[in-house]
Amino acid sequence: MKNDYIPQLSTIKEVIRHTDLEYTFRMEYEGEVKPGQFFEISLPKFGEAPISVSGIGDGTVDFTIRRVGKVTNEIFENYVGDRLFIRGPYGNGFLLDHYRGKELVIVTGGTGLSPVRGVVEHFARHPEEAMGTTLIAGFKSPKDVLFKEDFDFWREKISVIQTVDAAPEGYEGPVGMVTKYIPTLKLKHLEHASFICVGPPVMIRFTVMEILKLGVPEESIWVSHERKMCCGLGKCGHCKIGSSYVCLDGPVFNYTDGKELID
Amino acid sequence: MGYQLSKAAGDKLLAQWSRNGIVFAPVKMEGEGCFADTDVVRYGNVTSLDQVEWEKKSDYSFKEILLPINETLFYFTEDQTMVPKGKEQKILIFLRSCDLHAVKRLDQIYLHNGGEDFYYNRLRRRAKFILMPCAETCDSGFCAAMGTNACEDYDAYVSVEGEDVFLDIRDEELSMWGEEILNGNSETTVALQFPKENKEKVTLPKNLSNESVSLALWKEYGDRCIGCGRCNFVCPTCTCFTMQDIFYRDNTNVGERRRVWASCQVDGYTDMAGGHSYRKSQGERMRFKVMHKIYDFEKRFGYPMCVGCGRCDDVCPEYISYSACINRLAKEEQTHEK
Repeated sequence: MKNDYIPQLSTIKEVIRHTDLEYTFRMEYEGEVKPGQFFEISLPKFGEAPISVSGIGDGTVDFTIRRVGKVTNEIFENYVGDRLFIRGPYGNGFLLDHYRGKELVIVTGGTGLSPVRGVVEHFARHPEEAMGTTLIAGFKSPKDVLFKEDFDFWREKISVIQTVDAAPEGYEGPVGMVTKYIPTLKLKHLEHASFICVGPPVMIRFTVMEILKLGVPEESIWVSHERKMCCGLGKCGHCKIGSSYVCLDGPVFNYTDGKELID
Repeated sequence: MGYQLSKAAGDKLLAQWSRNGIVFAPVKMEGEGCFADTDVVRYGNVTSLDQVEWEKKSDYSFKEILLPINETLFYFTEDQTMVPKGKEQKILIFLRSCDLHAVKRLDQIYLHNGGEDFYYNRLRRRAKFILMPCAETCDSGFCAAMGTNACEDYDAYVSVEGEDVFLDIRDEELSMWGEEILNGNSETTVALQFPKENKEKVTLPKNLSNESVSLALWKEYGDRCIGCGRCNFVCPTCTCFTMQDIFYRDNTNVGERRRVWASCQVDGYTDMAGGHSYRKSQGERMRFKVMHKIYDFEKRFGYPMCVGCGRCDDVCPEYISYSACINRLAKEEQTHEK
């Protein structure tokens, strides 16, 4: 009988430092993974934490981890060559077919960029697969920006608005919430538009409101939810919202289902 | 197959069964209740019929036998894990109809929501269920309203009436283990005792929806609830757990990962790293629980989760009645329709 609770040891291949608080851990992993899925990462003694996949490589998966909790704090003490326990992947993830041939707009808040990074990366590498790709990524301040090197590459391939909530004087990039930039989008084909929105709950709420104002139908909007998944297997109950289990039915929801989710 | 035995023979049968498995039944634990000089009825091991509490409904359900309050998933050293060896011995559980219906709910989550759970499955496979009679309804239960007052999928039925024991044995192993005692007894038809109606009358709301979330009554419950989670822990259908790592004091590199019961009413249930949490007020948590028991679960699986055992009403230190809450929801609906 299969025991899904037993984690596998995985070696840290590389640590990429984005900010003081956020690092990407490139971990050894062989197997199918989709962007938007998550793993339970653990350190014996400190426990497990659900972390979404921020990149998929040849024999590796990336986890962009924000140092905010008991487990993540401890993971930061680990470096290249060290090993962590992982189990997964769990959840449905983003299905690229939903966005192929569409005019895709991805709106993210903070670390919300991590789960959707694989999608951005795919359409940046294959821009011809979509009618157009725009990324609106918001961060708290210029020093909180993640994936700086990726942004340089993405800017060449797709349309990118990288904004910060607030910036010190003299900052030249876009400033303001992501919601500010949605009305300025020049969508060529509203009926072919497809939106992905990932971030904190409040950000999702206001972003979706703005998207709907454009006249985009609900079924063209996809959101990804974060909850405290203790098991990832539909058992522990912590991620249940209404009749849905985020770990089984999500974390990616079409907004027609996503709007029904009341905590 | 139905039998009528003397009590002495019934006791011999139970002794025979307990040689082949561990028998759990509701047992009155004198002086062990919450308050001074009060008793509690909980599950314990039995080897004779007299040890079983036949009258009073157990304060805590059988659930802890299949889902231990804390369960070691594996032991760990720095880079190795080891799963504790499960036992092979059969488990015989005496329970009432409402609780047998609860087993179906536990199965739903642990075997059929996502993949099969390794730990639950290996305990569940060893379990046999022995139905107890409900000659009369209990005070707080409302099984008739939930459709859980009668059942058929038991392995055996045992009822003690005076000096007679009435049995209906369906499971082959249970018959086989008791062969010596049962042989020579003529088979009879045994009428199962189920409560047809309850003292507690409950009307289920028919049209709950997401709109029900904004009802004012939740706030009122929120003001009374102290978030102790006892309703979850006595509930035979509550299945939530949290992961917990512990390590040994003498060598902190060695320890175990456990899962422990969790309560959606207690602080911390939805806490995420970084401090965000959902359903901060007790009112929202009460709403979450009630909606789960009579609406959300049904929406997903086709039947309500609550089995109407009434234990949550009995245990609440704030005298919040969940059944009264359901009735109020139904009433709100009626006034709304008018």
